[in-house]
Amino acid sequence: MSVLLTQNTKVVVQGITGTEGSFHAQQMIDYNTKVVAGVTPGKGGQTFYEIIPIFNTVQEAVKATGANASVIFVPPSFAADAIMEAADAGIKLIVAITENIPVTDMIMVYEYIAGKGIHLVGPNCPGVISPGIGKMGIMPGFIHLPGRVGVISRSGTLTYEAVGQLTALGIGQSTCIGIGGDPVIGTRFIDALKVFNEDPDTDAVVMIGEIGGTAEEEAAAWIKQYFKKPVVSFIAGQTAPPGRRMGHAGAIISGGKGTAADKMKALQEAGIHVCKSPAEIGSTMKKVLEK
Amino acid sequence: MKIHEYQGKDILRKFNVPVPEGYVAFSVGEAVENAKKLGTPVVVVKAQIHAGGRGKGGGVKVARGLHEVKDLAGQILGMNLVTHQTGPEGREVKKLLIEQGVDIERELYLGMVLDRSVSRFVMMASTAGGMEIEKVAEETPEKILKEWIDPKIGLQPFQARKLAFSLGLSGKQVNNAVKFMLSLYKAFMANDCSLAEINPLVVTKSGDVLALDAKINFDDSALYRQPHLPELRDIDEEEPLEVEASKYNLNYIKLDGNVGCMVNGAGLAMATMDIIKLAGGEPANFLDVGGGANVETVRNGFKIILADPNVKAILINIFGGIVRCDRVAQGVIEAVKTIDVNVPVVVRLAGTNAEEAAVMLKNSGLDFIVGDTIGDAAQKVVAAAKSARAKK
Repeated sequence: MSVLLTQNTKVVVQGITGTEGSFHAQQMIDYNTKVVAGVTPGKGGQTFYEIIPIFNTVQEAVKATGANASVIFVPPSFAADAIMEAADAGIKLIVAITENIPVTDMIMVYEYIAGKGIHLVGPNCPGVISPGIGKMGIMPGFIHLPGRVGVISRSGTLTYEAVGQLTALGIGQSTCIGIGGDPVIGTRFIDALKVFNEDPDTDAVVMIGEIGGTAEEEAAAWIKQYFKKPVVSFIAGQTAPPGRRMGHAGAIISGGKGTAADKMKALQEAGIHVCKSPAEIGSTMKKVLEK
Repeated sequence: MKIHEYQGKDILRKFNVPVPEGYVAFSVGEAVENAKKLGTPVVVVKAQIHAGGRGKGGGVKVARGLHEVKDLAGQILGMNLVTHQTGPEGREVKKLLIEQGVDIERELYLGMVLDRSVSRFVMMASTAGGMEIEKVAEETPEKILKEWIDPKIGLQPFQARKLAFSLGLSGKQVNNAVKFMLSLYKAFMANDCSLAEINPLVVTKSGDVLALDAKINFDDSALYRQPHLPELRDIDEEEPLEVEASKYNLNYIKLDGNVGCMVNGAGLAMATMDIIKLAGGEPANFLDVGGGANVETVRNGFKIILADPNVKAILINIFGGIVRCDRVAQGVIEAVKTIDVNVPVVVRLAGTNAEEAAVMLKNSGLDFIVGDTIGDAAQKVVAAAKSARAKK
């Protein structure tokens, strides 16, 4: 029914005692996510809402609870360290929500986790949700519907918009992966597509990109060659001016590269159903599924 | 964050990256004083604005003798410099860099930037100095030499040597170029730069390697650990409304259209601009009010949008996740009551508590236009902007 976040996922929340961490830990628990531990250095031995044990290190949390996934709400200056700590503790699914992590820090993280079989989702992302199973992140659970369409997106609220359209049309989602809006991220479009390609319970994928970088073009080339399922795509920033950072650190057209037009063209040429309007993501998927 | 050439060169100097001697001037008198201090027969007068293409636009001139410095400084200071990067409106020149003339043998290109597709920094060099590197990349990509930097060990001398020899340098030029590259790498990393572009990098007749120009940008996310950098910001170079918005922690970018928009989340904000355009309108701005859209942020958002005289209608598009729509609605109602909103406002609220929010807007006694979906809202706001224009 889902990828990455499954029935067997046991979550540790890094930064569980912070404002964001505690609020969203509660939301995740309310969504029936198996949250088994929290980590805040120096607060080991305490509990979160009297049920979830808090540990000083991720390693201790893993040892005591069998946690196999981590969601990170640690402030930007400590976030890279937190991701590497989770990787060192053997966690294979790490979801980093934190925005504004310095690029050089993320380059080190990317290097550190390479080849370790880790899925790092984010940073600067809404997280991962497998509707009906659990969520690791900040997305509103109730707009989702369990089903067979995968969603991959660089955005937050725009993903909710797309999911809202799907759900309104009765199209459920297997897993929604917010890969994040930064220039250096862990899981890229292609990594997420690979996971959906192998999932027998995902029939089609919505891919939401935006201006900046060439990840969509690279994904288009990969899809053309390897992806077995239909893809519906929208690219945000068709009206964005060049040289300006549009909110996300990675959303910038620089040196004429990374325009929405280039991305849409590459995707179309790869046989992907590209929506011009963000209002047509759900209806386009409906048509694709009815074929 | 962007800085001026003279500030970039100051940073490079601190890291032993060779740059010509030069001093910033804010007046013609200061320009002449600086030229005297340099004492070289040839002096270059360079306009300092945050945009490339200054030479072509007439903002960089060579002066022989102090009287020429005086004349040229007088011409360039205060001029409205138009380049391919400033747009047709151009930018007023308020500062000059007065720099020693250099005996140029060759003009090369050197840059360092993040290569997003491999998540590593890359140092790039090209023999096509002085040209726009984007054009070189497009037309003759084989002319751009690249060395990717392993984050564990940093830029190594052998990599710098490869670049130097590939550029056709020889003798002591090679050693000078290698030193230059290694120092530039150190300056880049120590300051959390996001871009360093030396275009042109010049080889002098005596074999020295110098940065004739320097474009340096910084990673905004790392400014917290670079306390010396924020003071280099020059708000004269920024759009006044964007400066104002940044004081309220709002992410605002001014555009040329007449449909204002206020949205939560950057992706949805871009998508909202796109759908306004598809509905036949032109977006007046990008505005992401972020996760905590409350009375204060909504009020400030209105102030910023309305300060743009082109705005004829406003679309508020909020997808409430953790943000509850009823609270956003309350913010919108209170904001509209306390400030004079003299254009039609279309509100589209979806997600958490959207129904309660719709009722609140309806019962507020204020004249909101409600959009049901993102598409519906875009149609309505464009229609409102058009009829507002027709009335005038």
